[in-house]
Amino acid sequence: MRKTLFLAAAACVALAAPAMAQDVAITNAKLVIGDGSAPVEGGTVVVRGGKVVAAGRGVAVPAGVQTVDAGGRYVTPGIFAGFTRLGIVEVDGVAVTNDAAAGSSPFNAALDVTPAVNPRSTPVAINRADGVTRAVVAPDNSKGSIFAGQGAVIDTRSDLHAVARPRAFQFMEYGESGGRAAGGSRPAAIAMLRNAFAEARDYARNPASFAGRGKDALLTRADAEALAAVVQGKVPLLVHVERASDILVLLQLKRETPGLKLVLVGATEGWTVAKDIAAAGVPVIASPLNDLPASFEQLAATQSNIGRLRTAGVLVGIGTINDDEARQARLEKQYAGNLVALTRVPGATGLDWNAAFAAISAKPAEALGMGDAFGSLRTGRVGDVVVWDGDPLEIGSMPVKLFIDGVEQPLTSRQTRLRDRYWKPEEGALPKAYQR
Amino acid sequence: MIRSFAMAAACVALTACGGTGGKPATASSTPPAQKGPGLGKGYSHDPYPSTYRPYPGVPTLVTNVTILDGEGGRIDRGAVLFRDGKIVALGQNLAADAGVTVIDGQGKYVTPGVIDIHSHLGDYPSPGVDALSDGNEATSPVTADVWAEHSVWPQDPGFGRALVNGGVTTLQILPGSANLFGGRSVLLKNVYARTMQGMKFPGAPYGLKMACGENPKRVYGSRGREPSTRMGNIAVDRQTWARAAEYKRRWEKYERDGGEPPSRDIAMDTLRGVLDGEIRVQNHCYRADEMANVMDMAKEFGYHVSAFHHAVEAYKIADLLKANNTCAAVWADWYGFKMESYDAVPENLAILEKEGACAMIHSDDANGIQRLNQEVAKARASAIRGGFDVSEATAWKWLSINPALALGIADKTGSLKPGKMADVVLWNGNPFSVYTRPEMVWVDGALLYDAKDPKRRPVSDFELGQPGEGDVK
Repeated sequence: MRKTLFLAAAACVALAAPAMAQDVAITNAKLVIGDGSAPVEGGTVVVRGGKVVAAGRGVAVPAGVQTVDAGGRYVTPGIFAGFTRLGIVEVDGVAVTNDAAAGSSPFNAALDVTPAVNPRSTPVAINRADGVTRAVVAPDNSKGSIFAGQGAVIDTRSDLHAVARPRAFQFMEYGESGGRAAGGSRPAAIAMLRNAFAEARDYARNPASFAGRGKDALLTRADAEALAAVVQGKVPLLVHVERASDILVLLQLKRETPGLKLVLVGATEGWTVAKDIAAAGVPVIASPLNDLPASFEQLAATQSNIGRLRTAGVLVGIGTINDDEARQARLEKQYAGNLVALTRVPGATGLDWNAAFAAISAKPAEALGMGDAFGSLRTGRVGDVVVWDGDPLEIGSMPVKLFIDGVEQPLTSRQTRLRDRYWKPEEGALPKAYQR
Repeated sequence: MIRSFAMAAACVALTACGGTGGKPATASSTPPAQKGPGLGKGYSHDPYPSTYRPYPGVPTLVTNVTILDGEGGRIDRGAVLFRDGKIVALGQNLAADAGVTVIDGQGKYVTPGVIDIHSHLGDYPSPGVDALSDGNEATSPVTADVWAEHSVWPQDPGFGRALVNGGVTTLQILPGSANLFGGRSVLLKNVYARTMQGMKFPGAPYGLKMACGENPKRVYGSRGREPSTRMGNIAVDRQTWARAAEYKRRWEKYERDGGEPPSRDIAMDTLRGVLDGEIRVQNHCYRADEMANVMDMAKEFGYHVSAFHHAVEAYKIADLLKANNTCAAVWADWYGFKMESYDAVPENLAILEKEGACAMIHSDDANGIQRLNQEVAKARASAIRGGFDVSEATAWKWLSINPALALGIADKTGSLKPGKMADVVLWNGNPFSVYTRPEMVWVDGALLYDAKDPKRRPVSDFELGQPGEGDVK
């Protein structure tokens, strides 16, 4: 497995650049803070230097700040998509445009999505036009390792500086897919995990000695470096897990690993062990509408999962793993609306509107430990603000204005251009190729 | 205003979808033998017959509801009466006879049951393990001999979810799209049974699944065999249709003149059925240019494409589809997962409807089938945003009468017309809202889902005794 001490640092090219931050105030809003509180009528949000400085009723607009009158419309934080592969895939089925996984790489945990993020990929603009302003972007694992690599938090601005938080977390697969990747079983996955943690600790203790390890060493230096940040608690470990018993195994692992910041992803059967998850203080990025026994690790699937987790006291936000997550994070608002619908279905547990919106804004940011920076319009958070033409969780509602870091963004895409070209399908005086 | 607009639009679509039994007006084929010694001595055309029987229902009057009749009509503060499995009447002033169960639907909607023309429930069921993966006979590009019904596992938990969350009462199960000729489809009532035959829609025509584009050329090209290109796709298609025409001639001669029966070829039985207008072609195809090629090929060999499925570029040739009486069954907003889906737009249904082509929603997905009403709501919102005002009543055609027409069952279901099957959904609000779910679902007048009654909720064998138990926990 261990091939070469190729420098992983080369993969960590920093793409961060200062935002062209702007000041803006939006007034006369049905203002949604995103933290689970109820909308405020007649609200104002003020963004200065790209950050929210005030939001609520009776907030004064500083002199000289550009003001947008929302006309009583919903104004919310942008959607913070809790688990995606946005920006690292153009067309899933065209392999050269798909940077989610690296099946033939000698590295795994070291793989960093940062250099793969392409803010000009068409899904970025399409999701932006639907209200997604931030996304958690995770790599995907490959056969041979449970570790997928280092994910990032990106914005969906129309410039080329998308990566807001590089190397923000490590992602790994457990359960059926992790077990297969590790060699064929869950014990193989756990053995790989424990060994990797042990080697990462060795690396953390003395990076210089790492090259001279014995022949049973499995981790490359670059992978060890990436996992050292995990065992030291510097970055969270996001783990895809579905089955209840698998979740309990991970909770035990957390108890054995002081400082480990564990976040569960998927967690279809989480509701059956909700009290354990809550007691462990482990946040969840859950798939909201999984209700089919799509696999033997999802037999207890129900749309009530998120509602029941929340009732049990679990910090839970919405993400989209194995659900067109390279392209369709925009569906999270529909998913959240469906959780509201559940509150009217006897026997089901849904979310009220305020909690449902928080599940696609503040909660996933908090689950990653980034609630102080992203996901809501509380003071100090990024100025990602959307003015909607209707209830943002309702079908068909769309942004009419959208700001990221206080900078207004375009709402057009390839799709809107194609629509305009073909709204009348017949050719006119010239071929369609001339119509633009 | 709403109503008159909707009804006019309905007439356009009914014409566009064509009630011709899938047979082209210009078919060059010989009519099936009407007499002669071979007639009826060939082979059974229905060897796995439906054993579906409607479950008992009670005469029911749902009052005080907004009714979308599925053909473009709307009645506000209306009522619908059904009895003995059939729709009896709908209107604003229906009185309840003695013995009729009355349901007050204040603030709610009644629609025909949703019809999904493109599903793989049963042949790609949950759980999605290899042992149950039976949708693609991907061993040859031409497998017209296989029938999806022989793969359908009637215990798929997905049927129940489609009923209770989606209000789906009828669905077409198709083979996958690995092959050019994927095999026969089967139409099911969404009522659990011990056997496939017990779910089979009685008297429905068969479909033939065909596929163009990336899938066949990828699957077989990667094995170093034809087809490996789009031109290879069409070449194998044409060669196969030429064989089918010959097979049809031999059987017709035998049925007319008698003598030694021709050799049976199970695949050719199906293709002959297509050429005779007995079996409808349901054609997986994404790109506009490829759909045009297929429609020409259909004319060349004398058959008709009932509907293109997925059809993400249908909007580019809405006029051509209309001229060919061919429908498009599409998603609301899927895009970009493969090259041939790259040009998808959310206005696909809107543009098709605006141009008078026959259009409908489809799922192709065990999750999407639970929310087809929401998919239609998205497409309608895109139409309105573009300046084309599609009414709720018109948009519901995309879920009911249009798929019924493309499937050849519009005389039996697909709208709330007296005499048709009482496949009815009572929604707990406006079904174009994300906050709405089915409250009660009837199939042939039998109440098979009631949100307020845990006993009126199906649990398949697979889920019985499992921690999920059909999401009824």
